[in-house]
Amino acid sequence: MSDVRIITGNEAASLGVKLCEPKVVAAYPITPQSALAETLSRYVEGGELKAEYVRVEGEHSALTVCISASTVGARVFTATSSNGLLYMHEQLHWAAGSRLPIVMCCVNRGVGAPWSIFNDQQDSISQRDTGWIQMYCRDNQEIIDSMIQAYRIAEEVYVPVMICYDGFVLSHTMMPVTIPDIESVRKFLPPYKPHTILSPEDPRTINSVLLPVRRANPEGVLCDGYMEMRYKLQAALDQSRDVIRKANELFAHTFGRNHGGMLWEYMTDDADLILTGMGSIAAEATVAADILRAEGVKAGVVGIRVFRPFPKDDVITAFGHAKAIVVFEKGISYGYEGALCSDLKAAFFGTDSKAPIHNYIAGLGGRDVKPRELVEAGKTTLAAVEAGRMNHEIKWLNCYTG
Amino acid sequence: MQEVLWHGRGGQGVVLAAQILGEAAYIQGFKGITSAPTFGPERRGAPVAASTRISDEPIRTFSQIEAADVAVVLDATLLTMIDILGRLKERGMIIVNTPLAPDQIGIEGCFDVASVDASGIAREQRLTVGGFPIVNTPLLGAFAKATGLVSITNIERGLKKKMPADRAIANCAAIRTAFENTIVKRHDSKTGTSDKK
Amino acid sequence: MGKKDTNISALCTPAPGEAGRTGDWRDMRPVIDETKCIPTTKGKAACFLCWLYCPEGVVKMSIPVEIDLEYCKGCGICAEECPPNAIQMVREGEINE
Repeated sequence: MSDVRIITGNEAASLGVKLCEPKVVAAYPITPQSALAETLSRYVEGGELKAEYVRVEGEHSALTVCISASTVGARVFTATSSNGLLYMHEQLHWAAGSRLPIVMCCVNRGVGAPWSIFNDQQDSISQRDTGWIQMYCRDNQEIIDSMIQAYRIAEEVYVPVMICYDGFVLSHTMMPVTIPDIESVRKFLPPYKPHTILSPEDPRTINSVLLPVRRANPEGVLCDGYMEMRYKLQAALDQSRDVIRKANELFAHTFGRNHGGMLWEYMTDDADLILTGMGSIAAEATVAADILRAEGVKAGVVGIRVFRPFPKDDVITAFGHAKAIVVFEKGISYGYEGALCSDLKAAFFGTDSKAPIHNYIAGLGGRDVKPRELVEAGKTTLAAVEAGRMNHEIKWLNCYTG
Repeated sequence: MQEVLWHGRGGQGVVLAAQILGEAAYIQGFKGITSAPTFGPERRGAPVAASTRISDEPIRTFSQIEAADVAVVLDATLLTMIDILGRLKERGMIIVNTPLAPDQIGIEGCFDVASVDASGIAREQRLTVGGFPIVNTPLLGAFAKATGLVSITNIERGLKKKMPADRAIANCAAIRTAFENTIVKRHDSKTGTSDKK
Repeated sequence: MGKKDTNISALCTPAPGEAGRTGDWRDMRPVIDETKCIPTTKGKAACFLCWLYCPEGVVKMSIPVEIDLEYCKGCGICAEECPPNAIQMVREGEINE
């Protein structure tokens, strides 16, 4: 008998964390993540989660506690949003550089200034280059399932994983979620085997200064320099694509739900027009595709599930035959365009794909994005292509200035 | 897909009502359910809304409801304050907490109107918090009567998932009373009561 | 993934001389006057401020106090901190016995 509960994204995330049995949780509450931090502290207090909940004075410390606990061999969890994630920025690099398999949730929220408590993805997009794996969830089922996959992935490649889901849109919306059973999760997720354990019994120095050159240690062994260590982080992210795909396959086999490995596709087989995005906006786009199909437009959707490492080969297969591509993004690389749009263009460079890419910056600071608006955007793009205008474009959806 | 908007004031329980309806609809057999508050800070006394979406298929849209199939109004003073009818589909159903009959409320336009004295029922059942009547649960009874989307039994089952058994007793009684006392007036009375699923 | 790389974080075993023979860096050398040094004159564990302040950990908490000149960089902090001025910094190559 499957256990289905109608729950919010934050509840799904909390239950996912509980199933993965971390030993240390450190989180500082921030809207819209707060309910997640509060629920986890309640689990710990009530003995449902046998972990230490470390109360901290800010997000920088929350991640530092996780880094420390992970370095002494504990499975750890933290979560944040928006400016909280920005405050962690330095430690994000530190976690990845130390190759610690930390899993955190980023409940996506716009960043200040000006203040917004509402959803967009500028927070996690801004942390793109910190060396973390980033996964974006399209609904609450995917949140709990991705959490379980994330620990398996992180602990296999020794790279931290950020599970991103849209604040309020998912974090505060209830929907039916099947809760995996603990025995199956334990089978899917083997116990954490640290690559390094700092312990007084066997003293080690970790992350001392590495020099530009390689250097022999006191035992005379030639050791990696800074650049070799950084190369290894990049190599690990490159290798993680296969690990992510395999984790998804094994998960689908074990639990019967396939969320896609690096990305997922919706009616793309014969699609002339492909809409794409990350997180809930991609789910919204599937409704837009249904509407377009009903009107005779062959539309499909590619949901980018993993943004880092970028699914560079997967996107070529998924988008290859499209005549036009529309990228909806809840964030932007200021001074250029949406980060996903740039990455897609780069992936298509040198391939046969000559489809124009229209980039829509949408839903910043919680501005509502409706399927009919995505439909209109798709039609505009298709009309441009049919009129022979093949240039790339960037537009702001539902923005009334300029 | 049926889209339901709950209009009330902060503290009246629109969010809980939206959730209970979601639970009830799932028990009824609908596969697609979402319920959500108005996103943002919570403010006691201010006009607030919550939503429930009900569908045979899993729901893939999480955007705000533009035009609901059903609007439930927990506080009738909101009718003149916010544009509730502007967010209701033509031929949609509006359910109002009022001692007045549907045709006395002054709702113009092509809508089905249902009324129930949820406040009065709550007071009878001694369902009050800080002197204010609890009207969200009786309105769930009115919802079952007016829309026929979910059965009264499943509303009660849904409610029991969201509150302890001792509190459920009086709430279930209020739901039943409201169900029996809800008056429905279709916009075109000749179409009878079967124009909704 | 092939063979697992076990060397993925910047980790090392703490050992003397991780930065090489730092005694080479020295310009001035600390010389202890045992007739003034508190633990040596009293013959018991006392003072040891030179040991406490040495940033390189090359002072041995012993009687008499010893300094490991293989690794002492000659910073002079011990001489600065010594209450009875028992430590003098002398130029390398000069004999000051």
